[in-house]
Order: sequence, then structure tokens, then C-alpha cells
Amino acid sequence: MSFKNLFHHWSRYRADKEHGGFQHYEHMWVMAFDLNKCIGCNACAVACYAENNLPTVGADRFAKNQPMHWMRIERYWDEPQLTKAHAEGSEDLEDFQAFGASFLPMNCQNCNAAPCEPVCPVAATYHTPDGLNAQVYNRCIGSRYCSNNCPYRLRYFNFYSYYDYSWPAPLNLQLNPDLSVRDKGVMEKCTFCVQRIRNAKDKAEMEHRKVQDGEFQTACQQTCPTSAITFGDMLDPNSQVAQLWSKHQVQIGKAYQDKENPDLRGYRVLEALNTDPCVMMLERVREV
Amino acid sequence: MADYLDKQDIKDIDEHIEWAKINEDVVRSIQNPRWSYWVAVGVCVLLLAIAVSAEVYQYNNGMGYANLDWPHMWDLYIATFVFWIGMSHSGTLLSAILHIVQADWRKPIYRFAEAMTTFTLMTAALFPVIHVGRLWNIYWTLPYLSDRGIWPNFRSPLIWDAFAVFTYLTSSALFLYIGSVPDLAICRDNTTGFRKKLYTVLSLGWLGTDTQWRHFRKAYMIMACFLIPLAVSVHSIVSMDFSASWNPGWHVTTFPPYFVAGALYSGCAGIMTLFILLRHFFRWEKYMTLAIFEKNAKLTFAIAMVWTYLNLIEFASAWYGHDVASKEVLWAKFTGPYSPVFWSMMFIGSVLPFTLCFQKLRRNLPLMFFISIIFNIGMWEERYMIIAPTLSLGYEPTAWQVEWPSIIAWSIVLGSIGWFGLLFLIFVKVIPSMSMYEVKEMVYHRKTGEDAPPMTLPAYALTGGGHGGLHPAASKSDPEGGG
Repeated sequence: MSFKNLFHHWSRYRADKEHGGFQHYEHMWVMAFDLNKCIGCNACAVACYAENNLPTVGADRFAKNQPMHWMRIERYWDEPQLTKAHAEGSEDLEDFQAFGASFLPMNCQNCNAAPCEPVCPVAATYHTPDGLNAQVYNRCIGSRYCSNNCPYRLRYFNFYSYYDYSWPAPLNLQLNPDLSVRDKGVMEKCTFCVQRIRNAKDKAEMEHRKVQDGEFQTACQQTCPTSAITFGDMLDPNSQVAQLWSKHQVQIGKAYQDKENPDLRGYRVLEALNTDPCVMMLERVREV
Repeated sequence: MADYLDKQDIKDIDEHIEWAKINEDVVRSIQNPRWSYWVAVGVCVLLLAIAVSAEVYQYNNGMGYANLDWPHMWDLYIATFVFWIGMSHSGTLLSAILHIVQADWRKPIYRFAEAMTTFTLMTAALFPVIHVGRLWNIYWTLPYLSDRGIWPNFRSPLIWDAFAVFTYLTSSALFLYIGSVPDLAICRDNTTGFRKKLYTVLSLGWLGTDTQWRHFRKAYMIMACFLIPLAVSVHSIVSMDFSASWNPGWHVTTFPPYFVAGALYSGCAGIMTLFILLRHFFRWEKYMTLAIFEKNAKLTFAIAMVWTYLNLIEFASAWYGHDVASKEVLWAKFTGPYSPVFWSMMFIGSVLPFTLCFQKLRRNLPLMFFISIIFNIGMWEERYMIIAPTLSLGYEPTAWQVEWPSIIAWSIVLGSIGWFGLLFLIFVKVIPSMSMYEVKEMVYHRKTGEDAPPMTLPAYALTGGGHGGLHPAASKSDPEGGG
């Protein structure tokens, strides 16, 4: 590397950084969840299991906190409503409505300043030119530092070899051939369905064009019954997701969003940690 | 003999010990220890066998059997890794730092302390291997030349760890070996059979000439100076595994000094344990005297107080800081499910050392043996308390779980004691674990009434090489004529 190159990279980095640091990327895949629409049905999680060859770990291992769901629905209670319901003596936790349950779907946030990336001893996780936070299963040695350093705890580790357990004889035919089945000792996480991205990109390249918005969907997005999930290319200003982000004035590359209108619902989870996630949440609005 | 016993309580060493007697006592240690030595070897082999079978089970069936789970990706193994790295530090303290400040009471006990450094590092180096999910690929963390042109990620603290630990291990092993060469020559001269062949090779042709001594002293001093910053940096780098991460409770600036203090603490306690053991195994009551033991105990007390201070600083900075998550982790340590571990750690680490303030207790070796082991349990708890509560209570509320290690993990951890013990016991049986030439130096200085060892002393006076070392008459009548 010459000094010229060094200075070139550095000045490009500095110029880009102000606008989020992804301007020279090929694509910038981002996601948006509308929590107003999320009904907590877990269909996205199931779709993810089917699409990404996720093993079903079994109830006992799930109870031992060894889950393998790339997409999880977190359930939170509305504090005042919960206190009120408890005061009234209601113990029926199934009554989500009364207790003010709200749901937060969490998949890998594909942070632009991903804390998991610098700590991997073998560089098995890195940032692709698509703005994705990629995990190279073959390179992973399972030091599990990335999962420790992920503030969202969105990385899952193959504590066991699940192949025979999860897909006994005929079931292995249902496995998705587009991606591998991970064996024990490997860390894995949501990839934004990178195999679908690749297919779309390959097809677009054959036809000498860029990938169009809506040309493909991620598995969770495809399955969501309320269309709460939007996915697309941030670098395409006309894409649905880019417009959603700009409408809600959430900008990549900023730890704090200064919004003109406080009613805008967009936020990113644990934004203050400056991880710069690629997933925007649209806050749930309640009628009090 | 009775006369002698009276003296040994006050003096570091009896200055009337004949040099031939020193040679004889030390050479006997590699030939004929007490039977309790073999009991210790048996216990270590047993522990190691249990650990190996546990590791085989875990290797075949997956890491999940160690009760690792989704928030607790690191647990017992990393805590024990840090613990063993910590244990290694006092060897360097005794052999290098006290060498440079010319504290000559270290002389009878530094050799085994330095061996402890080397072997605890070898034990610690096992744990990353046990810990990773795919241990057959662990060499990917080393920057070897690969056809694929992939290097390790130099930004990762784990890579810094790998470099630091391997550098420290190499240097301390070299330091240990360099320091033993004159003694190996004495063994060569005083043994027969296969031992003689072994020590002939190991002693590298040491004859005890002036030139050799001069080079030896220089090499030893250079290695000592090199080792001190290394020792400090190693544990600082290990602490960066945590402080370079940003979990609440880990992202703490004071971690490097805190870890080094904890390391010296557990190391000094480890030296106390091994001191008592070796003194018993090899009948070394004359050399490893109570006076020396007391000095080490006082050192341990001082370090314990430094550790306490740094602990309080860490709590205070979390308590007065604005970071809510760190404060919650701290509060969870005080009151949460891990609080029994936490409070016993605080008691052992900060209150129990006050037993070392009383001479009567310090001189009670069975009690001290017990207490020194308790110290190390406390230090082990400290490492566990660093790792587990933070992972139980991270930023993500969904991942708030408490988890305790499984029997598999425990047997591997206990087995590491067997591994360390076995290496150490083999070492003390092969290499003289008390430095003969330096004990002679010490005796000589005490005899001539000099407090500090003068650097101008004719080197050949202290020789271990040459012949006639075992002749009482030769060494008694002419202390300068050993070589």
C-alpha cells in the first residue's frame, strides 16, 4: 500500500463518514419494522427456520437457553397497564391486550459499526460491500466473542450437532440447498437472507441492470401477515424502505437522531451505543 | 540439631550450612522425595484423567454440555483461563522483580515460583483450546503462512492474548532454564546413570569458569529486565478481553491494573501453597525457612490490600458513573443470585488476608496451607464474578438469564489443577527446584555480614560446576574453591 492509496482511502472514509459511510457501497440493505403492525405471531421466526436451515433444538434445550432462532419476537409489557391488571387481581397472562403486550421483532441489526466484527480472532465476521455484516461459517472457530460483544445478543451458537436431531431421515429433504447446514461449534446469525440477495444480484447482473426494489423479499418479510417488515436498498432513493427511513428521519451514521417532529416514530434499538444498526423500528402508538 | 532449630525461626537462613550439604539436600530432591510426593502425583493423575474424559465427551457432543448458553457464551473456561494466567505472575515477581531490587530472601524459593509461572501458563493456554467450538481449527488464530492468504484479525483482543501468552510462556521458560544451568551442572556432577546423561545435555557444558559466570549474569539480568514489562502487559492484555468489549461491568478503564493486582495476589498465594508442599516433600526445612515464608506472607498481605483498593475504585467508578447498565450489574453482584459468590470473594480477598498480620498465625504452616488455598479459591471467584454477572445482565433484557456451570465444566476445571500439578511435580523431580548456587550466595553473604549482594563478588566463589561439590571438606575449608 502506497501513501497515496492510504491518503485516498482516508479522505474517502472521511468524506463518506458524514453521510453514513456507505456511499461507495454497491448496495445498502436495510430493514424497517412497523411495530404498529406487528401482532407477535412469530410467523417471521418460523419462516426463518424454514429458509435458513435453522435446527429445531427441542423444548429442553430451549429451556436451557440454547435457542437457534435468528429472528426472535421479544415481548414487553406496558408497565402502567400491567400494574393495573395486577392490582385488579388478574393473573391471566394470556390476555395480552389487557396487559398491554407489545412486540419487538429482533433479527441481526447488521450494524454499520458492528461490535462483533473487530473482536473475532479469525476475522470470520466482516462487513461486505453490500453493507451486510457477514458471517463466514467455514472460518468460524467458535470463540464466541462476537456474541458476547453484541449488545443485542443476536448471535446464536451451535452448541450441539443438530443435523440428526432436527432433520431425521426424510426431513433432511426439506433443507434449503442454497445455504449450508452448520455443524456444532459455529456461530450464526441473521444474514438478511443473503442467498436471496445473491440470487437477485446474479440475475440482475446477467441482465446488465441493478437489482430493482421489490424484486425479492427476505423470508420474514414474505411471511409477515401484516406486512410489518420492509426490506430494500438504501442507496436506491425510490425504494420503499429508503423512503420510509427518510420519512421518519432516521439517518445512518448518527447515534442521535435530531428530528424536527417528535411524533415521527422511527428509532433504532440501543442507538446510543453508536452501533449504527441497519434496522429501523417504527414505534408502537397506543391509545391511552 | 536442636540448636539449629532455634535459629531457623528468626533467620532467613542458617549461615553455617555447608555448601556440600546444600548440594546434597537439593540433589536428593530429584532422587528421593518423601512418599507424600507420590501421593500428590497420584491425585494429579486422577484429576487429569477425569478432565480428559470430560473433554472427550464435550468434544464429541458439543459445547452445550458445559452449560454454556445463549447469553453466557463465555463462562467457567474463560474465568479459569484468567485465573491461571494470573497465577503465573508471582513467579516473575519473585524471580525478576525481587532479583532487580536485590531482595535476597527470594533465593531459595524463586526457582519453583518461576516454574509455577511456566506451568500455569501452559495450563492457561489449554483453556482457549477447550473453550472454542472448533478446537481443531484453533491454529487459525496464529499468523501462519496460508495459501489462502488469510491472516488472523489483529484488532481482536483474543489475538493480542495469543501473542502475549505465547511470548510470556517462551520468555519465562527460557528464563527458568537459563537460571537453572549452573544447578544442572551440579546435578550432572553428583548423579549417575541416565540422570547423568540427561544433565550433561541439559547443563550445556557448564564448567563454572569466570567467563561463563559473567555471561550468565548478564543474560540473567537482561532476561529479568525483559520479563517484568512482559508480565505486566500479559495480564493487562488479558483484561482487555473484557475492557475492550463494551458489556456493562466489563467496559472499565481500571481493569488492567486490577487484573495485575489480582494476578499477583493469587500468584503469591500459590507460592505459599507450593512452598509448604515442597518444604515437606523434600525435607527443606533448613532452606525454606519460616522467616522466608513470613516475608512472602507479608508481601501477599500488601498485594491483597492493593487488590482491595482497586476493587473499591472499580465499584466507586461504576457507582458514581452515569452508566445505568453498569450500575445495575454492580447492584446485581451485591444482591443478585451471584451474591454468595461475590460476598465470599470479598471476604476471602479483603478480610481473610488480615490473618497474615499475626506472627503466630503466619508461622502455623498447616493453617497457612489451608488459607493460601482459600485465597486462590477467592481469586478464582473474582474471575468468575467478572464474567458471569455481566453476561447474565447485558443490555438486552430478553437475555437476562442466570446459569450455573455443569459437571462437565467443573471436572475440566478441576482437572486443570491436575494438569498443572503433574507438570509441576515432574519438574521438581527433574530440575532442582531450589537454586543451589543462589542459596550458597545467600549463605555466603549472611556469613560475611553483607546485607546486599555485592556485584563485585568473584564469580567462581559461588560456582556450582566443577567437581568436588559434594566434598564437605573441600567446601567447608575453602569457600572459594568450589569450581
